[in-house]
Amino acid sequence: MQKKISSIPFSGTPEQEAKLKEAIARNIDDPGAVMPVLQEAQEIYGYLPIEVQKMVADGLNVPLEEVYGVSTFYSQFALSPKGKYNISVCLGTACYVKGSGDILDKLSEILGIEAEECTPDGKFSLTACRCIGACGLAPVLTVNDDVYGRLTVNDVQGIIDKYKDA
Amino acid sequence: MEMLNIKINGKDYSVEKNTTILEACHKFGIKIPTLCYLKDINEIGACRMCLCEVKGARSLVAACVYPIDRDGTEIFTNTPQIQKYRKTNLELLLSNHDKKCLSCPRSDNCELQTLCLEYGVDETKFQGEETKYEEDKSTLHLVRNNNKCILCRRCVAACKQQYVSVIGANNRGFDTAITCAFEKDLGDVSCVSCGQCTVVCPTGALVERDDTEKVFEAIADPTKHVVVHTAPSIRATLGECFDMPIGTNVKGKMVTALKMLGFDKVFDTNFGADLTIMEEGTEFIHRVKEGGVLPMITSCSPGWVKFCEHYYPDLIPHLSTCKSPQQMQGAMIKSYYAEKAGIDPKDIVVVSVMPCVAKKFEIKRDNQGHDGMQDNDISISTRELAKMIKKSGIQFTALEDSDFDPIMGIGSGAGTIFGATGGVMEAALRTVADVLTGEDLEKVDYTEVRGTDDIKEATYNVAGMDVKVAVTSGLKNAAKLLDDIRAGKSEYQFIEVMCCPGGCVNGGGQPIQPGHVRNFTDLKAERAKALYQDDLNLEYRKSHDNPEIKAIYDEYLGEPGSHKAHELLHTSYVERGNNS
Repeated sequence: MQKKISSIPFSGTPEQEAKLKEAIARNIDDPGAVMPVLQEAQEIYGYLPIEVQKMVADGLNVPLEEVYGVSTFYSQFALSPKGKYNISVCLGTACYVKGSGDILDKLSEILGIEAEECTPDGKFSLTACRCIGACGLAPVLTVNDDVYGRLTVNDVQGIIDKYKDA
Repeated sequence: MEMLNIKINGKDYSVEKNTTILEACHKFGIKIPTLCYLKDINEIGACRMCLCEVKGARSLVAACVYPIDRDGTEIFTNTPQIQKYRKTNLELLLSNHDKKCLSCPRSDNCELQTLCLEYGVDETKFQGEETKYEEDKSTLHLVRNNNKCILCRRCVAACKQQYVSVIGANNRGFDTAITCAFEKDLGDVSCVSCGQCTVVCPTGALVERDDTEKVFEAIADPTKHVVVHTAPSIRATLGECFDMPIGTNVKGKMVTALKMLGFDKVFDTNFGADLTIMEEGTEFIHRVKEGGVLPMITSCSPGWVKFCEHYYPDLIPHLSTCKSPQQMQGAMIKSYYAEKAGIDPKDIVVVSVMPCVAKKFEIKRDNQGHDGMQDNDISISTRELAKMIKKSGIQFTALEDSDFDPIMGIGSGAGTIFGATGGVMEAALRTVADVLTGEDLEKVDYTEVRGTDDIKEATYNVAGMDVKVAVTSGLKNAAKLLDDIRAGKSEYQFIEVMCCPGGCVNGGGQPIQPGHVRNFTDLKAERAKALYQDDLNLEYRKSHDNPEIKAIYDEYLGEPGSHKAHELLHTSYVERGNNS
């Protein structure tokens, strides 16, 4: 799936920037520095918007296009921020045949966002993930570290409600 | 050098160790199909068209990246199994290709199409989901249509070679596409407009913007006086579009064809090049004598100028303020020529034929033109001119020769060699040396700055002064010289930079040669030969000896570097920022 590029305004702090600069300085002599620096950048910012990728490109003296190419190739890199609650729907084989595709569609419908996007209020983000190894509970989704299994489409609204005002 | 005895298709051959199968086969007269391979810059073995069989190998191997390193290697290049695999490869490529060959600008000159015909593919064999892309028409110089892209990455390699790298393979698997960072349009990133990507694209995914209709319309408009001028290198390359040998000088036929197309006047941009030398040489002498910013760097190549503005804006003061030959010629047509011919410049349409697609950008730059008019109205490439000639039914190869029209029809040998890397420097030296010594020197050839090396340097003693010069082409090479200037380490007084590797003969608007020709022919060297031969044959070899140049200064401009010359022939530059 093509990576979704966030339109939510970037709000990085000077502390985050200092951390990123430190990561760049630590890796700059490594010829394959783009990937480890992007990994650290994602830990610092939670995602990799253009502002962050530009800092990485300028810092490592590589073209922005190359950084972007890496960030869109690997599924672990996100170009959209994660919400306060990240809902991750397993689309692994077992979950998929048990109907997790419909669950993802329902979440998308209720939240008004596509997979890999974040709600404008920053509360919820939606991810379609690969197998999380809980096939016995298929279909499965996680909300941050909470796991919900053996779901039907009718369970979705209730789960969202639990976090809506939390 | 270790030689190995090998067998190709059952026949015995001897090759140097570590020659690739592709190179060995080429040497022995066997063509292996390729799509992604570009010698030296894109050797990635990705397209799998060159699959060959090596006896004992686990699977078929990619000939372009397989070095022959064993005595007794047995290679098969064309078994029924190999043919079948290659055919399937092509059919898989077509499963996600728009297949609109009838209206494709590259039809008849498309490497994918040629191979599909050779292998007799079934274009509907694999049918399924297809990706659909909007055409990117955001730049003045090219149109990108990813529906025709086969992801060979030749354009990516060409862009990287130019040190620009604004395009690359993004996303993954079926979603992979050659795009810009964050899916921006090409017009919104720091593309320098060189068009090298259009020259290497095997299909119609990257094509120059076609401005030929505008030219046909202008010619058909009885109220317009349409003047054309052709850049130095066009004469050395246009013939390739009509299957003539690479490096054929077709100046005379080209002029005849332009007259048949209906242009009112056919001028030679070599005149503009000579004018550039007069101004640029004068500027250089002035900078040396008055302690101006050195090294001075040439400014005739619009891709190079845009590169400097995007990536080295701090070095803009090093750029010569001279307009390019295209722009000088246009400016003189709409002033000097208009006045002499008694035509209102507003009724003149100036068309330039250039080896370059960045020229389409240059004609619309700010701080060019005067009185609200552009110096040139339409700029077309060598390829577009060939298209016009074919569409008009002109049988190019059968044409008689004719001459350019006065009063801008004479170009010196110095002007003609502008089309090859080192030419501008040599032309400038011919004039600067004469001006500084006040003599008509016998030395005309400055061979140290010729040739296709990455960076050429020389020191010349001119009138008792050592002038250290450097010449480079290709932006990656230019960046090395620029980094030295930035670091305060540059020892040169004068640097020539051409955007495209080898100079204009290898420009982004030049005829497209397929991979199997490009990979085994030094196009830039072969084409440059025609220009150096032209130089030898011309009556005048120094710009300041050109009688039409003498006339324009006597009658119109006064001295080189005069107030009027500055108004019409010089320009300024802008910092553009790096938006890659």
